[in-house]
Amino acid sequence: MKTTKFNIIKNLILGLFFVLASTPSFAIDIANDSKDSEIEEEFNVTDMIMHHVKDAHEFHVMDWKGHAISIPLPIILWTENGLVTFMSSEFQHDDLGNVVVEKNGQNFVKFHEEIYYANDSANEEGSYLTLNTEDHPENSYPMDFSITKLVFSMFFSVILLVFIFGLSARSYHKNGVPKGIAKFTEPLVVFIRDEVAIPNIGEKNYKKFMPFLLSLFFFIWINNMMGLIPFFPFSANLSGNIAFTLVLALITFVITTIVANKEYWKHIFWMPGVPVPMKLFLAPIEFMGIFIKPISLMIRLFANITAGHIIVLSLISLIFIFESIWIAPISIAFSFFISIIEVLVVAIQAYIFTMLSALYIGSAMEEHEH
Amino acid sequence: MSLLLLQEAVSYVPFAAIGAGLAAIGAGIGIGKIGGSAMEAIARQPEMQGKIQSSAIVLIAFVEAVALFAVVVSLIAK
Repeated sequence: MKTTKFNIIKNLILGLFFVLASTPSFAIDIANDSKDSEIEEEFNVTDMIMHHVKDAHEFHVMDWKGHAISIPLPIILWTENGLVTFMSSEFQHDDLGNVVVEKNGQNFVKFHEEIYYANDSANEEGSYLTLNTEDHPENSYPMDFSITKLVFSMFFSVILLVFIFGLSARSYHKNGVPKGIAKFTEPLVVFIRDEVAIPNIGEKNYKKFMPFLLSLFFFIWINNMMGLIPFFPFSANLSGNIAFTLVLALITFVITTIVANKEYWKHIFWMPGVPVPMKLFLAPIEFMGIFIKPISLMIRLFANITAGHIIVLSLISLIFIFESIWIAPISIAFSFFISIIEVLVVAIQAYIFTMLSALYIGSAMEEHEH
Repeated sequence: MSLLLLQEAVSYVPFAAIGAGLAAIGAGIGIGKIGGSAMEAIARQPEMQGKIQSSAIVLIAFVEAVALFAVVVSLIAK
């Protein structure tokens, strides 16, 4: 009893230390960003935050004496002349369309992390793009299948998950007693089964959906956690990307639609026990509900994670807005506090996404007794 | 002319920021109600504390999500 208590306290202190250690490294990152822009213009908070929250073609680690140190990622393009691949380092950290890469007889430039076909000559600002009045390029663009920061991060999380669960599965082979990392994963798996799957889907059908629900929970959770760690192999804002959450919500939607029984459709289009004029009024609303449910799933996860990142980054930006080192203790303390809350929020969001998916699946398979 | 002036004036009003603030008010009321009721429930039935707390946290996450929808909309609208 005493040792477990000690272990909990030890783990808590380790966790706190980890969060505390990671907060200033956000600040270093921003300091590097602001140093670049100081030469030309004032520090722009919105641009800096958007740059950190969005996807990128290279993994920016830090700046050293004005030179960006980053890990290049492969760029894979499907162009008019077929497949073109090269490393993002060939753009030399340029993001304004000034550096042209010639491949396969075609010229490419990168502008705001998008790849475009380059013009034949540069304009007076050195950019090989034609910008319209709203600063959007008018050039045509190839299809971009690049392994970006987010794609890399997703592959990495999948490898991590396979490793963790491979290890935990192996520890059951001998005598069925969990060992090592399985001691950590087993309670979570049991929690998803007993608190999420069985109450929402029902004793009869829940087993079919356990693999889906478990993958959903652990995939979202590990990606949320990886987003909170602000150095190299992590730090991508994957679950704060709406395309990522869209696909997860789409899978839930497809499963719900496929497993739905007759009762479910009846309750949507011709619900029993309701007067006919009311049925005509309610049916379109219920029909829209089919789509609104996954859309709200998608936006909930996206908004929560993006907002978490934005809050931490803007608290640290306070140092650079006030241009005073004396703000640093306050802003570091606040972002430390928010980071701890975020550790809680990312777990809750993964749980809510899984629970609502289970709820929707369960409601589609429900058998009513009238 | 006056319409142009009005447009000029309106363009300086930070509507997105006002929207985010209104959403924060709504979420504040919602979370406050959940927290208050949870406290009351725990005071009445202290033995149910664990269950009440966990469901209160989940409900708070739901309310918070609505406020964050508004924040996202105001980010996009800006």
